[in-house]
Amino acid sequence: MEETKMVGLYQPQQHSKLYWIFSDSLTFIKRSLKLIFRNPDQLIGLIVQPIMFMLLFRYVFGGAIDTGGPSYVNFLVAGILVQMAAFGALTTSYSVTYDMQKGIIDRLKSFPIASWTVLTGHVVSDLFRNFISSLILLAVAFLVGFQPTASLSDWVLVALIVMLFTFAISWLSAVLGLLAKSIEAVQWMGFLLVFPLTFASAAFAPTESMATGLRIFAQNQPVTHVIEAIRALMIGTPIGNHGIMAVIWCVAIILVAIPLCAYLFNRQVSKS
Amino acid sequence: MSENNAIVIEGLTKSYKDVEVLKGIDLKVERGTMLALLGPNGAGKTTIVRILSTLLKYDSGKVTVHGYDVKDQAHEVRQNIGLTSQYAALDEFLTGMDNLVMMGRLFHLSKEDANKRAHELLEQFDLVDAANRPVKTYSGGMRRRLDLAVSLIPTPPVIFLDEPTTGLDPRSRLAMWNVIKKLVEADVTILLTTQYLEEADQLADKIAVIDNGKVIAEGTSDELKSKVGNERLELVIKDSENFARAVSVLANYKFIKNDEERTINITIDSGVQEIAKILSLIEQNSVQIESLSLHKPTLDDVFLQLTGHEAEDKKVEDK
Ligand SMILES: Nc1ncnc2c1ncn2[C@@H]1O[C@H](COP(=O)(O)OP(=O)(O)OP(=O)(O)O)[C@@H](O)[C@H]1O
Ligand SMILES: [Mg+2]
Repeated sequence: MEETKMVGLYQPQQHSKLYWIFSDSLTFIKRSLKLIFRNPDQLIGLIVQPIMFMLLFRYVFGGAIDTGGPSYVNFLVAGILVQMAAFGALTTSYSVTYDMQKGIIDRLKSFPIASWTVLTGHVVSDLFRNFISSLILLAVAFLVGFQPTASLSDWVLVALIVMLFTFAISWLSAVLGLLAKSIEAVQWMGFLLVFPLTFASAAFAPTESMATGLRIFAQNQPVTHVIEAIRALMIGTPIGNHGIMAVIWCVAIILVAIPLCAYLFNRQVSKS
Repeated sequence: MSENNAIVIEGLTKSYKDVEVLKGIDLKVERGTMLALLGPNGAGKTTIVRILSTLLKYDSGKVTVHGYDVKDQAHEVRQNIGLTSQYAALDEFLTGMDNLVMMGRLFHLSKEDANKRAHELLEQFDLVDAANRPVKTYSGGMRRRLDLAVSLIPTPPVIFLDEPTTGLDPRSRLAMWNVIKKLVEADVTILLTTQYLEEADQLADKIAVIDNGKVIAEGTSDELKSKVGNERLELVIKDSENFARAVSVLANYKFIKNDEERTINITIDSGVQEIAKILSLIEQNSVQIESLSLHKPTLDDVFLQLTGHEAEDKKVEDK
């Protein structure tokens, strides 16, 4: 690599390409984590709605829904948790669109670095944000009568599945962020993606009670598998193939979304 | 590197869909000098800057920056440029300090260097007091300064400034000019775009006037000015009857008239005596005038004459 001839006193350090991919990712992760705390409204916004949903379903609609076994509050927590994770993972899409609109991505592209690593920062900060909001949500769940049977190792698995799911949706939402032309657009795009997946699912009611077409969709889509898997781990419902299917779906989404992101990111003609 | 030019653009064309935005641009910028790209909205200034900084593909032509081809050696080009875009590219939620340190790290400075450089730049750009405030609380001028500071973290040999002073108040503009002047003294090559003629005049070694995707004039500020002649005397005539009389009285002079505003701009080639002669002609024919003023040629004159944007209502009378 040709040495850079900078006029000033400050010379860039020389390391391998791979080193810089990690180092730059870390710089971006630090940045995105700072944003969580600099912009606490975002975290509050993400946590308030799921808590309202939990109270609403627990106390208003819950009585009318037959779970076919567990108490409704026990049934409900997995659904709310995964829904929150999915909406939380959309934060990446807003952040990416914001960075594009602010010209930050353009500026980064003019740097001699692997500038796509800026996406990594946003994705990883979704993991942190979702972890924090999940803990808060679980605390509220316990207050309204949630009684899980999970062992410590079950909890670890729950955490891993929710993280994997968040990671997958975050990359998908990075794709949306790169495609969208405005913050408003990315909001409805994300909503259009996540709303049907989380409501036409096993989140609030067992899929068995749904009309045939909807049921077939609901039973086979990734969010249901993720919900059923962690529900099984938390309250001991049968897990069936949900665990495996959840992991396969998430990995598949990641394998498709990351190269797609790379392609969209490097597309030279930007949209400003 | 064989050449003396830090930026070379040859036969550059670019279209968006079927709209031709650049129609064959040729430009050279000598190492350590500043070229101002002067042009109205939509002329293609930002498009040129984006192509130079490897952000945009072009259709045909050849573009090299610091001896590297922007298409085939984008990485090398990026190692040698700094870009300040038309709109500040900063993280609004981070503080000024955080922005600088983060960007410093991304320029691959060590942690200590990134911090030291951030402090230096905050000092230099008069942002020390605001260093620990989120950028979203900054004024437009402060953002612009911080934005420029980011491009100067490693002080690259070639810098692109896309309208660096648009939207600044006169004081901030002067401050920005001083910073830019210092850069040229430090032997940095600068390509600056601007809509302000005065800015190009003040800062640049050479000026290229672009309009509608073409370079319509190029040269030093003086060269461009000499195209529109020397000083001009502007007369505003009282009414249309007087105006008609003035036009016939001055038939032997080179002037531009505007019938609606009743102004006559006379080109003065030979100094005070000529002015005195004109005034006595006016006096003898008792033409009543509202006001009279003497103007040095500005780049505005050059610009208007070259782009012809106002040519419709300023008819050139050449006698
Ligand atoms: N992505 C795009 N798609 C279509 N047309 C574009 C696109 N970007 C720019 N243009 C057009 O290209 C022309 C030149 O634009 P450019 O931004 O280079 O002008 P400019 O000289 O920088 O203007 P300004 O002074 O307003 O910043 C304009 O007519 C603009 O509408
Ligand atoms: Mg522009």
